[in-house]
Amino acid sequence: MTTSLDRRTFVKTTVAAGAGLALAFHLPGCAPAREEGPGADLNAFLHVAPDGSVVVTAKHMEMGQGTYTGLATLLAEEMDADWSKVTVVGAPGDKAKFANNFMGIQLTGGSTAIANSWEQMRKAGATARAMLVAAAAAEWQVDGAGVTVTKGIVTHAASGKSGHIGKFAVAAATLTPPADVPLKARQHWTLIGQDRLPRVDAVAKSTGKAQFTQDLKFPGMLTAVVAHPPRWGATVKSFTTTQAKAVPGVVDVVQVPNGVAVLANTFWAAKKGRDALIIQWDEANAETRGSDQLLAEYRTLVRRPGKDAGKRGHAARALAGASRVVQGTYTVPYLAHAAMEPMNCVAQVGPGRCELWYGAQGHTFDQMAVSSALGLKPEQVTINTLYAGGGFGRRANPASDYVVEAAMVAKGANGRPVKLVWTREDDTNAGYYRPMYLHAVRAGIDGGGKIAGWHHKVVGQSVLGATPFVPAGMNDPSSTEGISDLHYEVADLAVELYTTTNGVPVQWLRSVGHTHTAFVVESFIDELAAAAQRDPVAFRLEHLKPDSRYAAVLRHVAEKAGWDTAPPAGHARGVAVHESFNTVVAEIAEVSVRPDRTVQVHKVVCAVDCGTAVNPDIIRAQIEGGVMFGLSAALHGQITLTAGQPDQHSYDTYKVLRMNEAPLVEVYVLPSEAPPTGVGEPGVPPIAPAVANAVFKLTGVRVRDLPFTTV
Amino acid sequence: MPITIQLNGRSTSVDAEPDTPLLWALRDVLDLTGTKYGCGIGACGACTVHLDDQPVRSCQVPLSAAAGKKVTTIEGLSPDGSHPVQQAWIQAQVPQCGYCQSGQIMSAVALLAKTPKPTDQDIDAAMSGNICRCGTYNRIRWAIKVAAGGESA
Repeated sequence: MTTSLDRRTFVKTTVAAGAGLALAFHLPGCAPAREEGPGADLNAFLHVAPDGSVVVTAKHMEMGQGTYTGLATLLAEEMDADWSKVTVVGAPGDKAKFANNFMGIQLTGGSTAIANSWEQMRKAGATARAMLVAAAAAEWQVDGAGVTVTKGIVTHAASGKSGHIGKFAVAAATLTPPADVPLKARQHWTLIGQDRLPRVDAVAKSTGKAQFTQDLKFPGMLTAVVAHPPRWGATVKSFTTTQAKAVPGVVDVVQVPNGVAVLANTFWAAKKGRDALIIQWDEANAETRGSDQLLAEYRTLVRRPGKDAGKRGHAARALAGASRVVQGTYTVPYLAHAAMEPMNCVAQVGPGRCELWYGAQGHTFDQMAVSSALGLKPEQVTINTLYAGGGFGRRANPASDYVVEAAMVAKGANGRPVKLVWTREDDTNAGYYRPMYLHAVRAGIDGGGKIAGWHHKVVGQSVLGATPFVPAGMNDPSSTEGISDLHYEVADLAVELYTTTNGVPVQWLRSVGHTHTAFVVESFIDELAAAAQRDPVAFRLEHLKPDSRYAAVLRHVAEKAGWDTAPPAGHARGVAVHESFNTVVAEIAEVSVRPDRTVQVHKVVCAVDCGTAVNPDIIRAQIEGGVMFGLSAALHGQITLTAGQPDQHSYDTYKVLRMNEAPLVEVYVLPSEAPPTGVGEPGVPPIAPAVANAVFKLTGVRVRDLPFTTV
Repeated sequence: MPITIQLNGRSTSVDAEPDTPLLWALRDVLDLTGTKYGCGIGACGACTVHLDDQPVRSCQVPLSAAAGKKVTTIEGLSPDGSHPVQQAWIQAQVPQCGYCQSGQIMSAVALLAKTPKPTDQDIDAAMSGNICRCGTYNRIRWAIKVAAGGESA
């Protein structure tokens, strides 16, 4: 077992080679040694190297959302670091040091990275700065009050002494951290809020040098490709390995709980070996229903009473007294996350230990699940966090499915490191989809054109029900988030939830419940506006508190999109506004319909209130990406099942948005001095209803079922 | 029997089965991991490289079909990221997760070699084979125009 890389080596090689450029992985013994002397850790998040460069440990993983840059910005701001000398590494699995302050476990999710780190990372930076100043003052024998730090240079103007922070790091690390260091007033910020602060990973990701799990190679490492059951719930009955083992490069075949793994020297050999396996499956307990059948069941279940999921006033009475009642039934399909890098994980198992290298998102869950599967203690499972090639929720799997699978394959590999690689088809067909849902909504309009009573029933599987986040038997709040807390001024509201169960594994997907609740609420409010013969923006504002964040972003987006001006001939605009993860986003989409009835989205204007904008350009990028992600789902995204098997397997059949369909996206971030809120997910929810509402405006066709490739 | 390719300007011998896709020969045998696996069926573009200066999906090219030919990967564009298209990518802050970007850049370089001043339609035609799930399409379009000299970053 000569290939294990401990945490220190991992940081050193990454530091030595630059952000994400851990080429030393290939030859751990030959890491270039640029450091002179040891450098020092000033706290759990900060290593200062002897040359004055700064290595920030990010407790949240980087899957594209810009977290490494954002977390480093907070720390570097308060320590007055030189941004060009800041690199970032992912934190290892260690809940005691790296828990999400909103969750109590180490998890990246819920668009919480910056929000939960806002105080913590700034304090880490400010405390380190105070320690560096004290160390410099002691060495120079001057009063620390006269010592300043600018861009990583410590200076005592009165004596003319100065030096970079690396010279004082070792001495600073021996000091007791001061208890209560003041943070900068915002007018003194130089990094937070800077409009075009470059991402720490932009160069590595523009040169092919960023290191993903897929790129790891250790001496003696094998690649594993696994044959999974053809249906969820099926198990291996028997299998024949002769043909697989005859493939050149195949080393071994190992049965694991969810299939049969072929281990080989290369991916190509492993895949050929996997494809050559002959397996008999026991499908006695497999899910065999199709999605049409499941949806038909939902249409029956929606007529049964659900559990109370939110109540204001007396909706039934208000509806009975309304001068007009509008109703609609909406459906959304199963969705696969379809991140560009299919799920993968490198694992090495030895006596009393398991080490993992991957784009870890749910460190604590994964440590618990892997230790349980291997009969270890959670702390015996070491996690090294790498860049993830997208995630959209999939990598924080509630069952740690692909991570446990990698560990179980490695357990059968006699101590050799194993890279488990899922093919695109494995990834698309593994399940853990955003659930299919059916919504039935009914609302009244009174004589004054105001909403009078709103009844809303949701039918579908729970994504949190299988997790510690929701106790058994309780409603999953994510199933009705955005409805139960409806932001419109509706005095009489009744929300019911009918939670279904079946054999299709489900999971959160970028923006979770808001992926469907925003589509329904924001489409239906448009239906109500049309019924009341009111302008969609005006009707919304009539049902919002004038001083609310909702009203502010709505007014802003209407102004920026020229809502009151005519769109180009043959085009129409639609609007939607939704809060998720404490951020409010309004979007106005401008669409046309092609002669073949496909929808073309030309432009999307977005207004965002996400509190203090830590990295404005990353916020814009996240909203741009959120629009594309949501539009992809709205126009194309669906997993359908036939006899329990997905009909889509790869990007040829699981269609996603491409360049020729990408609208121009404009993003306006509202100024705010409130603490920062989420940006990774909130761009997603408003786009489907904004486009659907524009389609209605243009064609009179009300889209109530996603996706809507044609209208 | 090793197969020889002209890889990033150097004659390179590859010891792999002739049916091995060029993608996996590059990644697993030659340790050039900048070229990514995304789908293996030529539907996502993450594995785009240049074969005799033409953009190809390397997952669809058997190693035997590359024998004797010129192969350029992301690592061959520049030793230090100084290629104008890479510089434009950095200026426009294109990458998010970054996994698709090697393929995006290789498609963009091929487009600009053939069409130095591409229109939006040219960009749609050349780039629609490259999926980005993070949705960086606006910035890719912008970076291509920056590299073409038409816009500032």
